[in-house]
Amino acid sequence: MNNQFFVFLKALLGSCKDLLPIIVVISFFQFAVLQQPMPNIGDILVGLALVVLGLTFFIYGLEMGLFPIGESMAQAFAKKGSISWLLTFAFCLGFGTTVAEPALIAVAKEAAIVAASGGIITDTIESQLSYANGLRFTVAFAVGFAIVVGVLRILRGWPIQYLILGGYVVVVLMTMIAPSWIIGIAYDSGGVTTSTITVPLVTALGVGLASAIKGRNPMIDGFGLIAFASLTPMIFVMIYGMVIS
Amino acid sequence: MELLFEFLTTLKNTVVDVLPILSIILGFQLLVIRKPIPHIKQVGFGFIYVLIGLALFLLGLEKALFPLGKMMAEQLTAPEFIHAGQEVLTAIHWSDYTWVYIFAAAIGFSTTIAEPSLIAVAIKAEEVSGGAINANSLRISVAIGVAVGIALGSYRIVVGHPIHYYIIAGYVVVVIQTFFCPKLIVPLAYDSGGVTTSTVTVPLVAALGLGLASTIPGRSPLIDGFGLIAFASLFPIIAVMAYAQLTEAKARRAEKKSEKRIQDKENKRNSK
Repeated sequence: MNNQFFVFLKALLGSCKDLLPIIVVISFFQFAVLQQPMPNIGDILVGLALVVLGLTFFIYGLEMGLFPIGESMAQAFAKKGSISWLLTFAFCLGFGTTVAEPALIAVAKEAAIVAASGGIITDTIESQLSYANGLRFTVAFAVGFAIVVGVLRILRGWPIQYLILGGYVVVVLMTMIAPSWIIGIAYDSGGVTTSTITVPLVTALGVGLASAIKGRNPMIDGFGLIAFASLTPMIFVMIYGMVIS
Repeated sequence: MELLFEFLTTLKNTVVDVLPILSIILGFQLLVIRKPIPHIKQVGFGFIYVLIGLALFLLGLEKALFPLGKMMAEQLTAPEFIHAGQEVLTAIHWSDYTWVYIFAAAIGFSTTIAEPSLIAVAIKAEEVSGGAINANSLRISVAIGVAVGIALGSYRIVVGHPIHYYIIAGYVVVVIQTFFCPKLIVPLAYDSGGVTTSTVTVPLVAALGLGLASTIPGRSPLIDGFGLIAFASLFPIIAVMAYAQLTEAKARRAEKKSEKRIQDKENKRNSK
């Protein structure tokens, strides 16, 4: 018990260290550049304490729960040997975690307002809603597709650079033909898809698969799933923009 | 008391966000794999810790960092701060915004260091590579990449260049580096681009982009406000590959030195 407490204390200290740069940056700009006193200091201290505590719990739970479940499922699928079930799982994981992602919902809503004010879609609530939902499902489908391709790559041992660089070429080509109002949103949609819980799960899945399959190196083949998940939404959202206009 | 209530609300939202993932995992585990989850008790507690941790983290950010960070982004980009002491505003010059670039880089670096999903990937990378990749060095390289990316992205908003020139140029650098850097790091480097932009970084960076785009004459927040996140996901890829290239070069130099030393010793012995 005493030992466990010590481990927790050490983790708490680690989280403080992770947060230190933010505290330094904020105080420097507040006092030295903007030259203003810190507003409601009590709230800020309570908030910082919560952040430190939260980060500590998160990392603790990560190694206890998220990593092991991702890896044990990867190993179970590898043992079962059914590729179609594995790919179905991969698609569901990608689609399911993205379609409900709050950051994506917020971005889609904002993009709908932009599109309505730009005259791309009619300025009614229904058409805005259908546009936002269309965007959301496009991105979620893209992420599901990405995880499927990424898992296939691990199974087959394809080198990642050709797939990703090929994807970049497609993005560049699409940028030239896609309508200009969709480009900024498309580029950003690649970044918002990967949430704090999806990332550890997907990483553990990839590493678990690569270590369960003979001849795969977990370092070379295990990583890279997230890279696919940030690339395909850009392509799919630009296609969506072209279809709509 | 009020704090507890706020915490419970945040916790409820976090649980709702995680529900789809949880049902997919449970569904496949029970219906397809059809085996009990190994160490179910430990995994269950782990999940609960993750949920509580995430809820506390978000609540703390909402209380302390986001209001302050957003206010700062607004104040630093406000015309009163930028053009203080200037009587007549003639034209904007990119160098008027030096503090904005410094703030962009500093806030990009520091929020990336605290990003939970990056911590997760860094832990995994250190574990899988058997310690050859150091978790902290990886996080610092990613953070430097984000800092450069956001500073450059702010500069782009100020001068008003089209975004795709920058992004395409960045891609070209990534392509060239891919051929020259150690093969082991390539997938991890590609991953680090998507990992950097989540809970902590996105809200602050979005506030900075919107603040800049809405105060600079001739920029529209709708067109120019987007795009900073794209910068923040591209430059870490370059930074992580550069880090691997530097470490490799250093190792090679050290190897050469020690080889030379051994040879010198042998030469001496032979001459005796």
